[in-house]
Amino acid sequence: MAQRPPVSDWSTDFDHTDRRWIENPFVIWDDLRQHCPVAQTERFGGVYLPTRYSDVRAIAYDTNNFSSRRPVIRENPPTVGLPSPPITSDPPHHKPARMLLLPAFTPQAIARLVPRTQRICNELIDAIVGAPTCDAATAYTQHIPVRVIAYMLGIPEEEGDRFRRWIHVFLEDTIVDDDNTAADRLLATAAEMDDFFRPYAQARRADPGDDLISFLVQARHEGQPLTERHLFGALRLILIAGIDTTWSAIGASLWHLANTPADRARLVADPGLIPTAVEEFLRAYAPVTMARQVVNDIEVGGCPMKAGRLVLLPFPAANRDPAVFRDADKVLIDRQDNRHAAFGLGIHRCIGSNLARLEITVALEEWLKRIPEFRLDEKRAVSWSRGPVRGPRSLPFVLGA
Amino acid sequence: MREKGTLRLSIDSARCQGHNRCCALAPELFDADELGFAHVKGSGLVPAALEEKALLATRNCPEYAVRAKRE
Ligand code: HEM
Ligand code: SF4
Repeated sequence: MAQRPPVSDWSTDFDHTDRRWIENPFVIWDDLRQHCPVAQTERFGGVYLPTRYSDVRAIAYDTNNFSSRRPVIRENPPTVGLPSPPITSDPPHHKPARMLLLPAFTPQAIARLVPRTQRICNELIDAIVGAPTCDAATAYTQHIPVRVIAYMLGIPEEEGDRFRRWIHVFLEDTIVDDDNTAADRLLATAAEMDDFFRPYAQARRADPGDDLISFLVQARHEGQPLTERHLFGALRLILIAGIDTTWSAIGASLWHLANTPADRARLVADPGLIPTAVEEFLRAYAPVTMARQVVNDIEVGGCPMKAGRLVLLPFPAANRDPAVFRDADKVLIDRQDNRHAAFGLGIHRCIGSNLARLEITVALEEWLKRIPEFRLDEKRAVSWSRGPVRGPRSLPFVLGA
Repeated sequence: MREKGTLRLSIDSARCQGHNRCCALAPELFDADELGFAHVKGSGLVPAALEEKALLATRNCPEYAVRAKRE
């Protein structure tokens, strides 16, 4: 796999695909925040890494000097762009592309999905309860967002394996490039996704339903129907952003509870605390780190940044900044003041945040109701994903007291 | 702690990005529109019994968009 040399110095040569970063990025970020709050690397074409909340926020807000055109850092990006509006859009194009999606993701629209999400979770738990052990990642967390998003889009819920393969190609596999094939594989996968969505788009144009694809094929962008490129870009975004992220957040929350019996017992006894705990899990284990490209030479946090280079925007590192969060390194499931940035800051605020919160909350509620006792199986390893979305991809549990 | 006058809430709509923390924490005081942006319900004047919730909402808005002022 990794053919890049080991990191010599995290402040001048960091590598976000390094084993140590994947296992435990928090110690790296905490150390950098104290000693070198804007780190950099010549790897990946030159990247900066702010770790203070104030710098992450300033960059997220400054859309004039920091573009979203390359939100995922790749060793060898394809030469043709793969726009996925609105996440790859900058002002002034960003706003109309975003407005288009917002009505489908309001708290009211999302609240309707509660019974469906509860049913999905319980069907999955039916297949887990009673066994002495399970892998909660492959038996539970990875399926919940797939099935909810598939339901919203009006595509088959059984296609999860295929969706997860695409996501793996996009966000893990092709971010490094050991044999000069990453760009081709990425483009081939994007084309495969377009081919998958095309017949659904055609069918819904002819005979619309109340699903999200129907909504998008009827939508108007700056007065016109969406171009095929815009439509497929947005669908790609919703599928990828809607699955991997939430799967990771549910997994990290269960991982914490498997590790922390006192918190687990407290939530079992007092499920009313779950929504507050979910915000704390989102703060402490925020899954998403996006990127920006520097548009003009500029200085952030005392560090000069050169136009053309990239910036990693680690919302999870911002969430651990002691300047903003008391006991920032502690996970306090009853934390009341929690201005965390897990869903980003500024104009790109996660469109799916209401949906993600609902899925995480329901997933924990239903699990704790029926599987109140579980712990990590020390005989088997937990593995974490690499890339812009961090979460457990295997989660071996021993079930029962 | 000095607590004189009534608390009035407002939302700086130039900052609000629709995180909906305010609506989740104090549904009595905030509502979301058809795009998911928040507004205060009614005049924004906070009954004494809801002051704590109102202040909690101000401290949880990621965009610093919820304002509370005593008048
Ligand atoms: C726990 C789960 C999730 C987390 C932590 C998360 C995180 C984020 C973050 C940090 C951003 C901002 C990116 C940036 O500033 O460049 C974002 C944007 C976005 N997310 Fe999520 N997300 C989650 C779930 C979802 C879900 C379930 C969906 C939808 C179905 C979704 C759809 C989107 C979209 C469409 C954008 C782009 C918004 C824009 O550019 O205006 N996300 N997400
Ligand atoms: S929490 Fe802040 S950003 Fe979110 S809806 Fe309320 S006011 Fe807007």
